[in-house]
Amino acid sequence: MRAWFDDMAPAFQRVPDLLAQHLQLSFAALALALLIALPLAVWAVRNRHVARFALGFASLVQTIPALALLALFYPLLLALTAIFGDWITPLGFLPSLLALTLYALLPILRNAVTGLNGIDPAIVEAADGVGMTRAQKLRLIEAPLAAPTIMAGIRTAAVWTIGAATLSTTVGQPSLGDLIFAGLQTQNWSLVLAGCLTSAGLAIIVDILLGTIENAIANRRKKRGWIAAALLAGGLIFALVPAAQADNNTITIGAKRFGEQYILAQLIGQRLERAGYSVRYREGLGSAVAFQAAAGDGIDIYVDYAGTIWTNEMDRTDRLPRPAMIAAITKWARETHGMKVAGPLGFENTYAFAVRADDAQKLGLDTLDDLARVSPDFAFGTDIEFLERPEWTMVKQAYPMRFRKARPYEVTFMYKALSSGQVDVISAFSSDGRIAANNFTVLADPKGAVPSYDALLLIAPGYADDRKLLDTIQPLLGSIPVKKMREANYMVDRPEDKKSPASAARWLNTQIEKLTKESQ
Amino acid sequence: MAANPSQTRGPSLALIGLSRHYSEVVAVDNVSQHIAPGEFVALVGASGSGKSTLLKMVNRLIEPTSGRIKIGGDDVTDREPHELRRSIGYIFQNIGLFPHMDIAHNIAIGSRIGNRPTLPPGEIADLLESVDLPADMATRMPGQLSGGQQQRVGVARALSTRPGLMLMDEPFGALDPITRENLADNYRKLHDRLGLTTIMVTHDMAEALLIADRIWVMSHGRIMADASPAQLLGGGCGEDAESLVAVPRGQAERLLARRDAL
Repeated sequence: MRAWFDDMAPAFQRVPDLLAQHLQLSFAALALALLIALPLAVWAVRNRHVARFALGFASLVQTIPALALLALFYPLLLALTAIFGDWITPLGFLPSLLALTLYALLPILRNAVTGLNGIDPAIVEAADGVGMTRAQKLRLIEAPLAAPTIMAGIRTAAVWTIGAATLSTTVGQPSLGDLIFAGLQTQNWSLVLAGCLTSAGLAIIVDILLGTIENAIANRRKKRGWIAAALLAGGLIFALVPAAQADNNTITIGAKRFGEQYILAQLIGQRLERAGYSVRYREGLGSAVAFQAAAGDGIDIYVDYAGTIWTNEMDRTDRLPRPAMIAAITKWARETHGMKVAGPLGFENTYAFAVRADDAQKLGLDTLDDLARVSPDFAFGTDIEFLERPEWTMVKQAYPMRFRKARPYEVTFMYKALSSGQVDVISAFSSDGRIAANNFTVLADPKGAVPSYDALLLIAPGYADDRKLLDTIQPLLGSIPVKKMREANYMVDRPEDKKSPASAARWLNTQIEKLTKESQ
Repeated sequence: MAANPSQTRGPSLALIGLSRHYSEVVAVDNVSQHIAPGEFVALVGASGSGKSTLLKMVNRLIEPTSGRIKIGGDDVTDREPHELRRSIGYIFQNIGLFPHMDIAHNIAIGSRIGNRPTLPPGEIADLLESVDLPADMATRMPGQLSGGQQQRVGVARALSTRPGLMLMDEPFGALDPITRENLADNYRKLHDRLGLTTIMVTHDMAEALLIADRIWVMSHGRIMADASPAQLLGGGCGEDAESLVAVPRGQAERLLARRDAL
């Protein structure tokens, strides 16, 4: 019990801040959805074409997975920034708000239409008969009679929105999802639990309060309804207070959705804090999201990989020697986005095709050419995005592979899939500690099909010329050998005796300082 | 039989070439009729004869396809529909009390929506009394009342704005015979005392014969007969009227025959 508590306490440390952000986002989305759905419902009840279109659209939205809906707003808003300029941000709050609002529309709209249509026609006839105007009929008769049904819809929407808001982490909006995604990636179940419990608890509390209001309306118990409404309002005020105190001089450190990124973010953050900066983390970002967030000053500093920028952002498939490639990226980032590439960290995290050691021995697998030979009998496990990435096309062009089947996994489960025999080869990451720990064999790439993936420290335009910041992070450049990175990664990723990314980062820092001293 | 005009607050009513078409179907077919102030007209006919449509065109719940309606000489289209309806009492079979308001609020709805001073409790008690309901009924909710009590409240609600013209669409059709008789009698007394002009749609010829000053017999959208109850009972008002009158007359004769047979 004691051990469990020690485990959970730090996990809950970040909850208040994330809870506040989560609440703000959910409430804002719900409020916006109400503003749209209620008038639309009134219109839909009076016009069946509107009803068909509005309900059809809202239902269609529901069929899109929430994660995809969030991701879709990114390119859309990005296109809009070209027209509207700076006041549209394609990442963070705005896309989350819009996606969640769309998601909340259906239950509110459907219940409101059902509630309004369900009113006894005799009552409507009486309202007309006594001479009510349309507005009076809505205010005095239709709204109060449909209110219980509408409130039920709002409750459904509230629970959905609070749940789906955890996904906004992926587009760079801090939420309780930060804990869940970070926990899933590093298999830190305390974090996952902290995120899930808090978001579920929030959903339940809001549902109970809204339920109380619903009941109060149905039974005309005004006092109870007002108390519940006051508690909801109080919660919203609590959520808004930290936002009002947000500090503009805080450095925001970004991290993508895997262990190494969490460790490096902490490593940078700890160094900045020692230098007197206050920092905050924005973790769990999608790959493309992270770069765009930095380009738009949504995050101030993060680590990306040369090959990722080369293929994804610069759309290049040609091969250059490592130093030339880094120079080209540095120049491009500066010229097109005003970003500063501070430099490489010293290790590479490239795609490495890994197989089980016994297969490698038995079938004589050393290179990707060998893999191509046996590929018709092999099942291929990848991370979520690899099959869609240009690197996969480049590899296929160089080595004609056709696998028996290919299946994407979350990274943690990808390694498990290989060790358990569900798949026979995976697109592993060369800096991942789990390759060595599982005794996997990495196949060589004699044709050099996979570009180089040097870890690069990237700085957003806002801090690109900030001397103090650059001096502070300077010692990290070229200082992390791949072997140390692997060890740090394994501390976080291993199934037993896990360390948090923060303590792995502290360990890595002492190693860096040791190595620096030795070299001096 | 009409009330003394000096006590009459009811207006006259003129229907001029009134028609209502629903695509191919002609619900009301070129009706021209006149009602004097204070008259009580019953509109009878089989289902689908167009009597409800005709009634609802008077307070513009249904707009005519052609023709005009004048109340007290003024065309009904001179005013916004909601203003017109506030000056007309409307009572219908399904009553339509507002279930989320108590009886007092139901009755006072007319003054509330008309930006008039709220009805004092005394006036609500008077209205309840006029429909034979106790004053303490005011705080009850509609769901707690029987059907007959609800329709009494419906009548009180319609009277609360002091209208001159009353439109009644099978007002007592869903009630049991005793309640129905009772309510009909009570309403007729109110009609006389307040000097109202009333049109009541009913499919019950006996009720019409007993309560109304004049009866319009309607069939296929037209007024086939316009006569007093005495004239109708005397015959010679046409086939449609005869077949409708034959029912209660036959019933009465059979009842008398049974009594005599005992």
